[in-house]
Amino acid sequence: MPANRKQNEPFAIKDCALIAIATGQRAYNLRDLRDNLLTVHPGAIYYHFWGGLLRPRFDDPEYSNDFAAWVAHSLHDKKLAERLSLIDPTEANNLEDLRQEIIQVVEERMDESEVLFSAKREERFDFIRSQIIIFDTHQLVAKPKDFKRILPGLSVGSIFYHYIDARRRTPEAISDFQYWLEGFGRTYRVLIDRIKAIDPYFRTLTELRAELAALFADYFS
Amino acid sequence: METSLQAYANIAGQDVVDHLHQLAERLRGARVVHVNSTRMGGGVAEILNKMVPFMKELGIEASWETITGDGDFFRTTKSFHNAMQGDQVEIDGIRLKHYQEVNAHNAETLAPVLENADLVFIHDPQPAPLISSFPRRTGKWIWRCHIDVSQPFRPVWKYLRTFAGAYDASIFSLSTFAQPLPHPIYLIPPSIDPLHEKNAEMSKKEIESICKQYAIDQNRPLIVQISRFDRFKDPLGVIRTYRLAKKSVPALQLVLAGGTADDDPEGELVLEEVREAAAGDTDIHVLALPGDAHRTINALQRAADIVLQKSIKEGFGLTVTEAMWKCKPVVGGDTGGIRIQVMNHHTGFLASTPEGAALRIRYLLYHQDKLKEMGAKARRFVRDNFLITRHLREYLTLMLALLHGVEERIELS
Repeated sequence: MPANRKQNEPFAIKDCALIAIATGQRAYNLRDLRDNLLTVHPGAIYYHFWGGLLRPRFDDPEYSNDFAAWVAHSLHDKKLAERLSLIDPTEANNLEDLRQEIIQVVEERMDESEVLFSAKREERFDFIRSQIIIFDTHQLVAKPKDFKRILPGLSVGSIFYHYIDARRRTPEAISDFQYWLEGFGRTYRVLIDRIKAIDPYFRTLTELRAELAALFADYFS
Repeated sequence: METSLQAYANIAGQDVVDHLHQLAERLRGARVVHVNSTRMGGGVAEILNKMVPFMKELGIEASWETITGDGDFFRTTKSFHNAMQGDQVEIDGIRLKHYQEVNAHNAETLAPVLENADLVFIHDPQPAPLISSFPRRTGKWIWRCHIDVSQPFRPVWKYLRTFAGAYDASIFSLSTFAQPLPHPIYLIPPSIDPLHEKNAEMSKKEIESICKQYAIDQNRPLIVQISRFDRFKDPLGVIRTYRLAKKSVPALQLVLAGGTADDDPEGELVLEEVREAAAGDTDIHVLALPGDAHRTINALQRAADIVLQKSIKEGFGLTVTEAMWKCKPVVGGDTGGIRIQVMNHHTGFLASTPEGAALRIRYLLYHQDKLKEMGAKARRFVRDNFLITRHLREYLTLMLALLHGVEERIELS
């Protein structure tokens, strides 16, 4: 459920984790990728675009989603990898639109290529989807300025839930922070616009948390 | 003495422990049974030794049963294990019949526990046919496969699939390990228990004492591989790696230490091969350890400068996780679960050959600052991803999803 619009309702902080489920669908080359993209569970599109944020990793990823990374490392098609990397899921209205955009990019590349390379068997692409578990932290935020103190200590799971997952829940596909602040009328319009301007896609959750924390700290200083 | 779940809050975080309680609230009183083939030796027994008491502590009626079998049964199941990892092992009809008969016999013994369970976890191929003996079961049965089945010997997998396909869900450690099955396939990597004797902090004095016991010189560089004596762990390749590295690091020592699991009849043969290959070199220490030599293993990993896991085929590779928890960079085979733990230049290096492994050992021993930095990163990586608290969370999530028929979202608040 989205954070409530009512001004007198506190913001209930949640936390979350993902559990991965293999779909059984797999790709060895671009044709397989396209064919499976046509039918795969929408949860797989979500997982391969956003799920990486919550998975074990070190650096900023070289490519911003799993499809781009696979195409680059296993098919050695850097051109396509770059094009896929530039697809911004926040610009898609929903997962089906996102699915169609990916398919279009892949098909354009297939039209350009005379030869279809295949990945080695152990480097195939496995389509995975996820289930999300949402936990209660029992933390309630009564006033927007309380986020100045609370944000730095939130888990990355909380950031994922309230900033990324929120886009699937809120009617306007916005973060829970924006949604809740809008309940205060025009009071926090500037803050809302600043939150809206954060690009979540090319950041780690740790960076996103730091940026949100800095934003609130600056606004309420 | 059993350790309470709350003790993990200091290591994994209080929020992690709170999450487990929230999940378990919805599972209170559920009857959960785990079945495998041995209580001693191997990663599965280690995990269940902790997982089951934790589930009980959380209010779940959890229990752990083991099946019994004779030498022929375990030789057959070892053949299954090898075949699932790609060995072309023919298993004749007589052996298959015996395998099924042993399972049917065990089903009779376990019937009172399994018939009315809400959730049954069957671990690996040994007890897989048990499900056939319970056609009127009401609970959910899950097949937990710890093996890398990415390239199985097809006739054997075809046979085993007849049992695996009957389950309500299965669990593999990685997507690359999984084979298509007609039910949800959960991807849950295994984990380590940071408070287990094998992983808990140790005093320098105790580490010294154990090294002394095995004539290991702590003033000289040391590489260590801790694994069952199994061809897939490539112990002979490790000896070759050591010999190559020793050309540049003459003071280098090697420890190859491991035990055998009750259900692994090949172990003794491999151990003999290793002893023969190491003969005459006093800087190679081949240690056959009993199944409960946890403190010794802990000390050897902590004494090492670098830990090897030069497997040709590996399930997950919990010895890698253990080593990383102890701040050791790992030089590992480019296979299985080692790939998702050992990240080049971060937590260690992947190597495909003894030459590659020797090169990385030489590099790390020469760059001590890098070695320490990677060790620290390795520990943080394990803390965030491969502790038993995460593992338990995922099991509880799966249980909740199956019992309540959840598709996508599980809201606990």
